[in-house]
Amino acid sequence: MPDADALAGRLLAREREAVAPALNLADDRRPAERALAAALLDRLEREAPFPGAPRVGLTGAPGAGKSTLLDALLRRLRARGETVGVVAVDPSSRESGGALLGDRIRVHAAAGDAGVFVRSMAARERLGGLADATRAGVAILAAAFDRVFVETVGVGQSEVEVASLADTLVYVANPGTGDALQFMKAGVIELPDVFVVNKSDLGAAAQRTAHELEAGLALGLAADAGWRRPVLLASARDGTGVAEILAALDAHFAHQVASGALVARRALGRESFVLEALLGRYGSFGLARLGGREGARVRVRERSGASSFALAEELGREIEASLRGPA
Amino acid sequence: MTQSRHAPDRPWVFRTYSGHSSARASNALYRQNLAKGQTGLSVAFDLPTQTGFDSDHPLARGEVGKVGVPICHLEDLLELFEGLPLDRMNTSMTINATAAWLLALFVAAAERTGVDPRLLQGTTQNDIIKEYLSRGTYVFPPEPSLRLTSDVVAYSVDAIPKWNPINVCSYHLQEAGATPVQEIAYALANAIGVLDAVRARPDVPAGAIPRVVGRISFFLNSGIRFVEEVCKARAMGELWDEITRDRYGVDDAELRRFRYGVQVNSLGLTESQPENNAIRIALEALGVTLSKQARCRALQLPAWNEALGLPRPWDQQWSLRIQQILAYETDLLEYEDLFEGSKVVEARTRELRQEARAELDRVLAMGGVVGAVENAWMKQRLVESQTRRAEAIERGELTVVGVNRFTESEPSPLLAGEQSVLRVDERAEREQIEKLVAFRARRSEAEVESALRNLADVAAAGANVMPASIRAAHAGVTTGEWADVLRRLFGEYRAPTGVRPRAGSQPDARSAAVRERVHALAERLGRPLKVLVGKPGLDGHSNGAEQIAVRARDVGMEVVYEGIRLTPEQIVRSARDEGVHLIGLSILSGSHGLLVLDVLDRLRKGGQAELPVVVGGIIPEEDARALRAAGVRRVYTPKDYDLGRIMDEIVDVVAESAPVA
Repeated sequence: MPDADALAGRLLAREREAVAPALNLADDRRPAERALAAALLDRLEREAPFPGAPRVGLTGAPGAGKSTLLDALLRRLRARGETVGVVAVDPSSRESGGALLGDRIRVHAAAGDAGVFVRSMAARERLGGLADATRAGVAILAAAFDRVFVETVGVGQSEVEVASLADTLVYVANPGTGDALQFMKAGVIELPDVFVVNKSDLGAAAQRTAHELEAGLALGLAADAGWRRPVLLASARDGTGVAEILAALDAHFAHQVASGALVARRALGRESFVLEALLGRYGSFGLARLGGREGARVRVRERSGASSFALAEELGREIEASLRGPA
Repeated sequence: MTQSRHAPDRPWVFRTYSGHSSARASNALYRQNLAKGQTGLSVAFDLPTQTGFDSDHPLARGEVGKVGVPICHLEDLLELFEGLPLDRMNTSMTINATAAWLLALFVAAAERTGVDPRLLQGTTQNDIIKEYLSRGTYVFPPEPSLRLTSDVVAYSVDAIPKWNPINVCSYHLQEAGATPVQEIAYALANAIGVLDAVRARPDVPAGAIPRVVGRISFFLNSGIRFVEEVCKARAMGELWDEITRDRYGVDDAELRRFRYGVQVNSLGLTESQPENNAIRIALEALGVTLSKQARCRALQLPAWNEALGLPRPWDQQWSLRIQQILAYETDLLEYEDLFEGSKVVEARTRELRQEARAELDRVLAMGGVVGAVENAWMKQRLVESQTRRAEAIERGELTVVGVNRFTESEPSPLLAGEQSVLRVDERAEREQIEKLVAFRARRSEAEVESALRNLADVAAAGANVMPASIRAAHAGVTTGEWADVLRRLFGEYRAPTGVRPRAGSQPDARSAAVRERVHALAERLGRPLKVLVGKPGLDGHSNGAEQIAVRARDVGMEVVYEGIRLTPEQIVRSARDEGVHLIGLSILSGSHGLLVLDVLDRLRKGGQAELPVVVGGIIPEEDARALRAAGVRRVYTPKDYDLGRIMDEIVDVVAESAPVA
């Protein structure tokens, strides 16, 4: 049995060797390991410095070139000395439970470089495509690396989930495919903070997609009125626009730190996580024991000092107790 | 002689794909082969040469001289052809990413020995697209690679007019699982991609296009279903005629002629009862020789024991004799086309042609071959076809004699004795490196630097790299130096694996049973069973690794597959970072000894000695024993076609290794 407290200490000391065992523990579903993982994550959330590593979500339809773009971003970040952790989420087969953890091969910058850490995860049985352990993975990587990326295939619902654990959400559009229009129709256009139209080397098609997105943005309201959401053209293939994306990521993070939006965003993410975790484990029937969604939200807000992981465990135990007792 | 018969036609060119250890050893082999009646040479280069590394590069370790001859510089090439008349030979070179460089060395060798390059005859394979789809010896991204391809074509058409600057390959597509329709469609899409690129060049006048078209040749595969193969070659010829006329406006029928060479199928050669392969090879040769109208121009046959390891000279001689018997003993060459007017052959040809045309149009609609490589369309279709084939063999729907039917066998006397395959002398690598170091010390650094600068300038300016490469060859530039200049300019590339995240096929009862075991083990482990499939070294033959990855996913495992050309260091780090329960390594180049031991060693040093490793590849039994003794848990070879059993054993191995909770 791993020593959770020692692992947490090593992670807070930014020890790379502690990352893999911590991720394995956080992924473990056996009861004793779950408790240890909760303790580890609880300590990380309470003791990690604020604001810590920026957490960037990368989403977009399959084929949009997210991995290639990520590779280009990693090269640049490594060139300026930043270490990077990546959580890459792939869909798993609903039928077999098996998954091919993707064409990670395109994230080639990672190969052989100790400054980059990639953990692939299967979305497993959850709807929306986001792995159960993603949030834990992000917390662990954020402790040990300078920046964290979460890459996931966008199909609408997963944007909601990535948005709840990223400080900045980037939507990568594939020009000329209609993906961007589908995305706008899915009603989640208010979520991304940065839009990237990849494959700008395609020329007119990329321009057209950028205009469509800009038009779409003009209609909707952004969550953060103080941030003008950019639509950037880039080509992961030839490196065009990659520096601009990085500048936008830095600017968005700095803006949120300065305006205080980051505190609010992470608090909201914490609420969403606890709710989703409880819903996933006990369903809406279980959540009703805490007074439904709103009731649960209030409970989370009351306990602002507790970590999301500890809170999910604690409220879970409460639901279990009430399910056992008289209604 | 009656009217229906005539004096025998001239036979196709007889070749054997060969080369190993060193330029000197390969030269001796070529002389022996020619003395036995071979009429053309087919040069096999080793993987470092094919991927642009010098023999002393870290990635070349263990690969030098293994699957072909190492060529680092002009002196190596001069030694390879020493005493052979370059102006009277017909030499085929299987070289792709570095084709421009090897052709430059070849031209420089001709110039150095006083032979007029305009007399040179032969072929550079120079087909990069199928490298992304199947063979894996690409270096640069598709666009600059295609530009290098077109540099070779544009240069050759005037400077080496008898040279076939490209051999568009469908061979490797069939090896990767392609159906006849896919083989035709993707090869023709590929040829169109190359011709379009050449046509767009400012330095190629429109009037030269028909001549360029006339120099395009193809390299086909021929499988055991030889009737269909006859139809395939005919269908391809008809489509090529149509495309060259309609798309490129070639009026001269002679320039539209579909010219192709062949290596018959290796995919279907079996490790069990390997003597049967000699018969398979002979039947496969029929598919591309029976029909005069669609007969190959050159033929190379694999050896009966290819699934066991590298063939010896005697094994290759046996295959050459098959060709000679077919051409000189039988009456095949005394007749016009045997299928003229055959309704059956016509009907099948028409079907293949129509279906291939539809698939070709689909690829053209997604931006042609470059688009269909980048979006993985072709690769995914191939992986799917291969998966269906493997499943059909497992279920007994596709008969493979000696493998899934008629498996009772007497012990084969051919396999008796110490060595039934060729072993490359381990000293070859060291000697090659010593030669290279001595060569570097001898040459003029000033000339080398100037030639490399010139190459970089020319390449950056978008001009044809051939003249600068020939100059570099004369100056003493090495293969690695030439490729490094272009790597800096073009970048390197990782092709999509074509292995898709979601399952495609319905599992049978057996897969369902394995899946139950996988899920039960996951309960015990606390998390899903996760495995890493890795291909260390330079070997790019990824079909086996892909099939394992797909099946592992289908039985419920989480699979990390990162594609080809990884170092042991990268594999070990990836295994740790990804938190896998098992590493599966696939190596077909014969360098398994060194690479696998390196992985085991790194695991031990990194405190992961308990992480189980299994290995698959073309691995002779005595090597397999050595690997198991070193700690490898299971070794799989081509006779292990039953993927279901492999999956079952992977569950066993992980269960044995997992700490009891």
